Amino acid sequence: MSKNKLFSGTVGAVGGFFDRFRRQSFAYPYVLWMALFVVIPIILIGVYAFTSAQGTFTLENFSGMTDYAPVFGRSLWLAFLATVICILIGYPVALAISRADSKTQRILLMLIMLPMWINFLLRTYAWMSLLENTGLINRLLASIGVFDLINSLHAGDAGYSPITHFQLINTNGAVILGMVYNYLPFMILPIESVIVKIDPFVIEAAQDLGANSGTVFRKVILPLSLSGVISGITMVFVPAVSTFVISKLLSNGTVMLLGDLIEMQFSGAAYNPHLGSAISLIMMVIVVICMSVMSKFGEGEEQAVVM
Amino acid sequence: MTKKYTGGKIFAALTYVFLYAPIIVLIVFSFNATKSRTIWSGFTLDWYRELFHDSLIMSSLQTTLLVSVIASLIAAVIGTFAAIGFYNMKKNWRSPLLLVNNIPVVNADIITGVSLSLLFVSAGALMGFQLGFGTLLIAHISFDIPYVILSVMPKLYQLDRNLFEAAQDLGCTWFQTVYKVIIPEIMPGIINGLLIAFTMSVDDFVISYFTAGSSVQTLSMTIYAMTRRRISPKINAISTLLFAVVLILLVIVNVREARQHKAEIKKEKMLKGTN
Amino acid sequence: MKKTFSVVICAVMLICLFSGCGGSKTTNGVVNVYNWGEYIDTDLITQFENETGIKVNYKTYESNEQMYSVLKQGGVSYDVIIPSDYMISRLIDEDMLEPLNFDNIPNYSLIDDSLKSMAYDPDNTYSVPYMWGTIGIIYDPTVVGEVDSWSALFDEKNEGNILMFDNSRDAMAIALKYLGYSMNSTDETELNEAYELLKQQKPILQGYVMDQIFDKLESGEAAIGPYYAGDYLTMHAENPNLKFCIPKEGSNVFVDAMCVLKNAENKDNAEAFINFMSGTEQSMANSEYIGYTSPNKEVEDLIDIDDFTRSVMYPDDATLAKCESYINLPQETLDYYDEMWVKLKS
Repeated sequence: MSKNKLFSGTVGAVGGFFDRFRRQSFAYPYVLWMALFVVIPIILIGVYAFTSAQGTFTLENFSGMTDYAPVFGRSLWLAFLATVICILIGYPVALAISRADSKTQRILLMLIMLPMWINFLLRTYAWMSLLENTGLINRLLASIGVFDLINSLHAGDAGYSPITHFQLINTNGAVILGMVYNYLPFMILPIESVIVKIDPFVIEAAQDLGANSGTVFRKVILPLSLSGVISGITMVFVPAVSTFVISKLLSNGTVMLLGDLIEMQFSGAAYNPHLGSAISLIMMVIVVICMSVMSKFGEGEEQAVVM
Repeated sequence: MTKKYTGGKIFAALTYVFLYAPIIVLIVFSFNATKSRTIWSGFTLDWYRELFHDSLIMSSLQTTLLVSVIASLIAAVIGTFAAIGFYNMKKNWRSPLLLVNNIPVVNADIITGVSLSLLFVSAGALMGFQLGFGTLLIAHISFDIPYVILSVMPKLYQLDRNLFEAAQDLGCTWFQTVYKVIIPEIMPGIINGLLIAFTMSVDDFVISYFTAGSSVQTLSMTIYAMTRRRISPKINAISTLLFAVVLILLVIVNVREARQHKAEIKKEKMLKGTN
Repeated sequence: MKKTFSVVICAVMLICLFSGCGGSKTTNGVVNVYNWGEYIDTDLITQFENETGIKVNYKTYESNEQMYSVLKQGGVSYDVIIPSDYMISRLIDEDMLEPLNFDNIPNYSLIDDSLKSMAYDPDNTYSVPYMWGTIGIIYDPTVVGEVDSWSALFDEKNEGNILMFDNSRDAMAIALKYLGYSMNSTDETELNEAYELLKQQKPILQGYVMDQIFDKLESGEAAIGPYYAGDYLTMHAENPNLKFCIPKEGSNVFVDAMCVLKNAENKDNAEAFINFMSGTEQSMANSEYIGYTSPNKEVEDLIDIDDFTRSVMYPDDATLAKCESYINLPQETLDYYDEMWVKLKS
């Protein structure tokens, strides 16, 4: 009896081992795929970054990097501003949505997701019509007499030339606006999905203990929703730092971001894949640093994707 | 809660206006009688007519749909099996592999695009192929699979650990276990992943820009090229059509979900009633 | 959820099939053409496809430098490209072009003799002229007044209304010409001076544009910018206020020519395309549509345009004497241009 058990136990264990191996092997094709199409391309970037056009090892691609410090600084700064604005706008909206009843909630969420499904090129292009000097916003302001008012106020100033429009497009502001507009839903959705999961009993308990709604928010809701905010930040900051379409469309080449710089080196006006790879490498390092700082605080983008 | 939160509601309403105002402008001016995107001069459907006669836009639409459908389907298959494989791995194998898996998701897409184009061009020079539909498809599959895996893994964790053994004890072969037991259980995760992958593929611009080469164009690439030249309200027409299609789809999905939800509640009530 | 999904998939499949039915009657293969944007009468493409049964895959680029980057990067397969003079000599130097078989291009005999044996292709082996023209300043006199000099582009009183070329050679050429130097200068001091001038100009610019300039000048979004004579005629048709001038310091005259890339897959189809576009009827139709000057010797007399258009399209000798052609620069200077351009835009 015990011999049988031992035998079947061993067979079971061995069979289990083979079983496990077989189940694991499901992943092997993908592991191969990843090696080929994820790991090797990144290694190639590294290789290109450290070689010169003649094929020799060199550090010269990095030595000129200080020339591009303004571009790095600008990209990081604008992306940071855009992320902060997204949080400032997105959090209250997420809060408001989470308070609605579930049927309204579904509709409201759907309305947030709808713009996300429209090609982001088109969404950015839409702002051109609004922001241009002869665009709708300026026209609207002109028709209600804003410019006439301003001109009359300054009529006495020396050297003042009358204005006909506000400079909205081709500014840093326009680029930030484009980033916020495109990525705001990516901030609202994760935050909302996390707030909704907060156990209402916790909030009730806090109120029973005498907290007013301000304290409830500060000490209960805010800390518990932080992981959603972190997810939102990861989904907004990285695309914002690396975009080139938004700056091309909304600034006509006057605001150059990292994405523009890299694109120029590969299929734009100044062909130099080695420099482009060097800049990409640095961008990757910056992103990795930011992400690892973020992941210390939250669950990362996986949460956001699953929603 | 008896508070009205009017401040929050107004703020949220304004945000919605902010989100939709440019789109409404696009739609309105797609019917404009002149080329102007800012001055209204009359109603016309000419731009839509021109749109359908534009063979480049039609063929890029076809390319986009083809690539997105094929890539998301292949990604769903590879991704599901990979997720099952990862699920069965020991932690010290699984964690680094999942980390590598997340790279296309976290990495800026310009870097993914540029790195893939370096790979394809070097490999192409050695093996004699060029950038085209094939490389475009491979690129799309590469960034779709992680989304499928991220959708399926949580579902796998929700499974009972002993499901495999239980099924086999009941006489299933290993093959049958996977196809008849595991996969139906995680199907919602697979479908979810498939839809997300499809969305990411359709909306992608940067990666396609670097990997499609000279012979194929996706819709985003065509739109980008159009914005770099004389702007025609055909772009507005495309936006309106896309918006209409997506709106209809989302309405259908939500109506069905709402109905399902109602049916479930009814069922529960009935069961409670009989109990 | 599942049902919706399958409905969606079916719909998508149907759309795929439907858009596939667009009707491509290709029986004789394809030809991949890479040309400047807004640089062809699209009816001619359809006409070519119908006459020869060859499908045309038509893609566009914004500048010679961008075209060069894309070709250099590799992995692409274009058959016909239409670069400018200096870029052609660069491509010839780097052995990227295929010698043409002129037996397949009988219409070459119709090309005006003054456009043959030019400096960029002295033996007429690699190219067939497509269009030629001049660069000048396009401006709205009601906003910026009368203009006769490049200085208007650097003038602070036009701040916010000025557009500039989004490619290094044209931008530097303007700066060099304004400073009184040759646009083909390789002298480092002169180039540095030009670069400094461009840097000073940047804050008062509205933007760096290529074909986006059409909408901006036509709608009045911007009031002044340098561009090509042919495009001026197109813009003038939409906005008759606009004027064109070739500045007194001198400007650029260019020739764009059709070439076939080395190892092109469809060389015969490419030559058929080149031959088609060189025919008198086609070249004339093209010229009328895009406003540039046809290199075909018969077109000048046959083309039906008014005097104003003719004065821009066929400038008089005095004007042409002020214009310089680009030549390809040595690699060192080219590297400097690239470096400088990236720094300028940063």
